[in-house]
Amino acid sequence: MYDAGKILTGLIVFVVLITSPIWYNMASGKASTVPKPEIVTQEKQCIEPTAFMRTNHMNLLNTWRNTVVRQDQRVYIAADGKQYDMSLTITCLKCHPNKTQFCDQCHTYEAVSPTCWQCHNVPEGNR
Amino acid sequence: MKFSKRDFLKITGLTILGIGIKPAINLFAQNEHQPVSPAPETLAGKRWAMLVNPKACTAANGCVDCIVACHRIHNVPDFGNPKDEVKWIWTEHYQNVFPGQENEYLEEDLKARPFITLCNHCDNPPCVRVCPTKATFRREDGIVMMDMHRCIGCRFCMAACPYGSRSFNWLDPRSHIKQLNPDYPTRMKGVVEKCTFCEERLAKGLIPACVEACKEKALIFGNLKDPNSEVRQLLRSHFTIRRKPELGTLPQVYYMV
Repeated sequence: MYDAGKILTGLIVFVVLITSPIWYNMASGKASTVPKPEIVTQEKQCIEPTAFMRTNHMNLLNTWRNTVVRQDQRVYIAADGKQYDMSLTITCLKCHPNKTQFCDQCHTYEAVSPTCWQCHNVPEGNR
Repeated sequence: MKFSKRDFLKITGLTILGIGIKPAINLFAQNEHQPVSPAPETLAGKRWAMLVNPKACTAANGCVDCIVACHRIHNVPDFGNPKDEVKWIWTEHYQNVFPGQENEYLEEDLKARPFITLCNHCDNPPCVRVCPTKATFRREDGIVMMDMHRCIGCRFCMAACPYGSRSFNWLDPRSHIKQLNPDYPTRMKGVVEKCTFCEERLAKGLIPACVEACKEKALIFGNLKDPNSEVRQLLRSHFTIRRKPELGTLPQVYYMV
């Protein structure tokens, strides 16, 4: 290989540069920007425990929409026995009416764009 | 101690078996909790049907109460031109509603009268048969339902429906809704929509919006499986016809001509 030293050095510099955000985060011990979803409700708990909701809300909503639309089952019985109307706009947005400060915070951070809002209505003023 | 190849294989096998047991148990243990149930106030019908009484209907005098009520509640857009028209319930002339009726000399009034038309919620729906994604399907209570989440906008169902009950959203409907009903979703560009017999209202124990809006009681809604229901009583006492019965779709909207 000609110019092996230059090429290898160049490669190493390139890899270090491209992974620099990871090294920076590891060195500083925290991510530079973290999403801060704003919770405005007084309720103590969401449908299910917060940790579950954080990781699985999309699966829960997917199950909800399928059971409501395809099986005409509209009441969700949570693990603690509480009953909820399976509705994104009625149940979820009742406690989280601030879509831009709540939903969009993490969705933008994670670069996911759920298509829910193409049809489902967001309360006025939070579009 | 001698550790033979045979012993090694035995222990390896047992270990793999042990690792596999936990997920297997989890899989079977999960199905015990049934986390969903129907809404308590759901109208417990078994087969929904509608009767249209064109003689009571005042559409000829310009009444559009049922159409307005339905389209307002369901956020049906108005694009203002017939090419892009989206409709769930509308009026049609006799010759278009009943093209198979071949009687040349008819009750004078019949041909002049506009007829209310909507999805017939067929017992043998051709739209359901052709839908490649099962976005439209027939519920147990007879409602031919739309799952907008699954619709890919191929419009096979529109070609299959012999009643023209289905409309396609050629444009984004959001900006063409006069007065948005926040309690009902809109549709997006590229999906097919139609009447759903107000299944969202039935779940709350309400009758369809068009039936509620009609002051003349020209629309009657009920359960065909209940022999004492209003629809069954009227079907017993009145002669009714259905749209294009010769096609074998078994429509469930009856016209008391």
